Amino acid sequence: MSELVTLTIDGVEIKAEPGTSVLRAALENGIYIPHLCDHPDVSSVGICRVCIIEIEGRRPTVSCKTPVEEGMVVTTSNEELEKTRKINLELLVLNHDYNCQSCAKNSQCKLQELTRYIGLDEERIKAMREPELPHEIDDSNPYYLRDLNKCVLCGICVRTCEEIQGDGCIDFAFRGIKTKISVLGDKPIAESTCVTCGECVTRCPVGALVPRREMEPTYEVETICPFCGCGCAIAVGARGGKLVSSRAVPGSPASGGTLCVKGRFGLSFVNSPERLTKPLIRKDGELVEASWEEAISYVAQKLGQYKGDQFAAIASAKCTTEDNYVMQKFTRAVMETNNIDHCARL
Amino acid sequence: MYERHILICAGTGCISSGANEVHDTLVEELEKHGLKEKVRIIMSGCHGFCEQGPIFIVYPEDIFYCGVQAEDVPELVEEYLVKGNMVERLLYKDPVSEERVISHDKIMFYSKQKRLALRNCGVIDPENIDEYIIRGGYLGFKKALAMEPMDVVNEVKSSGLRGRGGAGFPTGMKWQFANGSPGGKKYIVCNADEGDPGAFMDRSLLEGDPHAILEGMLIAGKAVGADEGYIYVRSEYPLAIKRLRTAIAQAEEYGLIGENIMGFGFNFKVKIKEGAGAFVCGEETALLASIEGQRGVPRHRPPFPAVEGLWGKPTCINNVETLANVPLILRRGAEEFASVGTEGSKGTKVFALTGKVNNTGLVEVAMGITIREVVFDIGGGIRFGKKFKAAQIGGPSGGCIPEEHLDLPIDFDSLTAAGAMMGSGGLVVVDEDTCMVDMARYFLNFTKNESCGQCIPCRLGTTQMFDILEDITEGRGKPEDIPMLEELALAVKKGSMCGLGQTAPNPILTTLRYFRDEYEAHVIEKRCPALVCKALLQYSIDEEKCIGCTRCTKECPVDAISGEKKEPHVIDQEKCTKCGACFDVCPKKVRAVVVLSEGLPEQDRENAEEGCKCQS
Repeated sequence: MSELVTLTIDGVEIKAEPGTSVLRAALENGIYIPHLCDHPDVSSVGICRVCIIEIEGRRPTVSCKTPVEEGMVVTTSNEELEKTRKINLELLVLNHDYNCQSCAKNSQCKLQELTRYIGLDEERIKAMREPELPHEIDDSNPYYLRDLNKCVLCGICVRTCEEIQGDGCIDFAFRGIKTKISVLGDKPIAESTCVTCGECVTRCPVGALVPRREMEPTYEVETICPFCGCGCAIAVGARGGKLVSSRAVPGSPASGGTLCVKGRFGLSFVNSPERLTKPLIRKDGELVEASWEEAISYVAQKLGQYKGDQFAAIASAKCTTEDNYVMQKFTRAVMETNNIDHCARL
Repeated sequence: MYERHILICAGTGCISSGANEVHDTLVEELEKHGLKEKVRIIMSGCHGFCEQGPIFIVYPEDIFYCGVQAEDVPELVEEYLVKGNMVERLLYKDPVSEERVISHDKIMFYSKQKRLALRNCGVIDPENIDEYIIRGGYLGFKKALAMEPMDVVNEVKSSGLRGRGGAGFPTGMKWQFANGSPGGKKYIVCNADEGDPGAFMDRSLLEGDPHAILEGMLIAGKAVGADEGYIYVRSEYPLAIKRLRTAIAQAEEYGLIGENIMGFGFNFKVKIKEGAGAFVCGEETALLASIEGQRGVPRHRPPFPAVEGLWGKPTCINNVETLANVPLILRRGAEEFASVGTEGSKGTKVFALTGKVNNTGLVEVAMGITIREVVFDIGGGIRFGKKFKAAQIGGPSGGCIPEEHLDLPIDFDSLTAAGAMMGSGGLVVVDEDTCMVDMARYFLNFTKNESCGQCIPCRLGTTQMFDILEDITEGRGKPEDIPMLEELALAVKKGSMCGLGQTAPNPILTTLRYFRDEYEAHVIEKRCPALVCKALLQYSIDEEKCIGCTRCTKECPVDAISGEKKEPHVIDQEKCTKCGACFDVCPKKVRAVVVLSEGLPEQDRENAEEGCKCQS
């Protein structure tokens, strides 16, 4: 670990790792600097200009793109900075579909957080020219909605797609006021290379990208994704005995806190009425419901007739590691064969 | 042996006014008179006096014929080349004295200029490397090759040369940073993405003297330790690209570009990258992104390109005009270069002089010259004897300078202090018939469309300011719009990421500073003093003067004019769309149709004024 850098933010002396941005250093030390386009998971670009600060002896700059330096004296708020920030925010609010009540992101929205902290001059907003909000909601993806009228063009989704998912299916397109996040050829998102990992959806600070999930869960349970063998930690949310949500557990060693389309959006089968909940035994060509005891003794009786290479087992990636361990132990020790395999992925 | 040389300007301006046709006819005519072996034709670079093009100069006598068309050529050959009689009508006529002027250095447009960067433009054949070399070309580079890199840097530093692209950053300092940046691979980039509407000095340099740019890049390469250079040039400049390619090929053939140049162990290669037309790509970091094949948007500085530039390598970016000055500094010494100009701004600056002046074109003047000299001496004053109102300096992100500052010296610091900027050197002169609010609207329309859209203040702020300005010019302005514009302008200036957003509000800030009364007239009195903003005008017919010719009645597209033949006519203000057709057709001798902008009655104005108590 290299030596820590000492700097002063608003009169408070703090220490930070060299290379940390002033913004992150401040936040880690309990000093809030309002920000919008910065996200700890992706690179910083400094485009929202909300985290504007003053550093002694320099012109105002953005804190997310300024690395800490020894002896730096930072001011995060003064009359001029607040005014610049406020007008910036007012312009953003004016160009945003501000229908918070019906927005899925209501109360978890970064723009709301900023307006609460920075404040708005209602009179000035009223005197501004109200723009048209030109976008249609893109509902082409079965798992999430894109509402560009709520997009603040922070670009976190673009960087997430590029840096975390490695897909790069979205980017800024057009210029000036017509700028928007778009896929190649400005088509609906479903016609792009988007793999619906949903990483951008979880990071969108506003209601521009929201999952189609209808309900908030009443409680969450941490578990492992039941799909492939990666073993990503997920937190599934339930409401009224039904599974309603799934999200990555931050910092999960298997996934680094990310998920794919299956773990994030593919768990609705749990609630399916078609799902098997009891064993079935084929009797006279018909599948008939049976008790677990009956089914297990039936299988044991049948397996007793075979030994060694007459037997082979295929385990499932959907089972837990423990289940699969027992399966291979059974195959090798009881059935006396190495014919054990695994489907690896689903 | 040639007896005469004829220079025909082959700059873009003269080509579009017919220089190529003049050339072809001249070839035919010379053949006809058996003069083919005696007269050499040179298609030269731009002479700057585009308004008078095509320009046709005969040497050794130095006769300056202008406005020459293909059909004039037979007369020129017959009368002048054969018989030796001056063709008076094609000589330049001084707009003030109305006298014909024979040689170009007697023309006011040229006599007050100091052509250093443009030294070869219009003098040499830009497609012939030998002509460049004869004029001292590549001598500066040769000198630099024998020097230590830091000595080259110091020479440029002591010359006081500042970047001609807009910001005026000291060139030597930039080179020093790039020189001092660790790393084996470094790049030189020539920024030839000239995007300001009306500015064409870089184009003229590239078209008229491409080797000067290459030599500048080679010297910069030596100074910072780079072995590769890129010229980022707009694809809208096909002639410049063609001449650059020719120049690069010739320089390679002569061993001036390549490996172990002149045996000094220095390697350098030059590539051309064509821009795709985004104004913002003139911003250095956006330009680099574009060369890398990414979306041309600026990125945060620092790190500056001199530390982390093209593909992450230290990169030194200089503007075309800056690079054109470099060979001179090396060849003649920093001291000579620094002898021209002012304390803080050395050398010369090329301006694209346009607007309501008599002489428009490209002019190069010593720093420190006053705006008055440029407008009235070089520019020959305002057209049609109108009154000077302001000069917009520095392109769409520059600012306007009003009459009271006509004696302001043109240098980086004075212009910035006055709210304008040197920018790339656009100089648009406007007269009393220009509405300053409308002009600000015009420039904001440009910058808002060219904003890359990345950062909030520039994307949304420029559009908001434009919308307000449009409302004001269309009669929907409110008194509170003036303080609002001011607040927005300052927030966009402070908050934006790159130079585009930081300077886009300049036209508003300077017009508000110098012509606030015009804004107030629009929003409070609802009138446009310059009679430009249609929505605030009224067309009416002077009963005394109207002869009832009915021309206006016929011309009016909405049937708003009524009246019997030979009786005074009347315009129905309700129906009138203010298209101005009646004004245009009313006979000049009669002038019965008058255009006015009277605005609100006195009482209403007072009420409106209350709302305009500005906060600043």
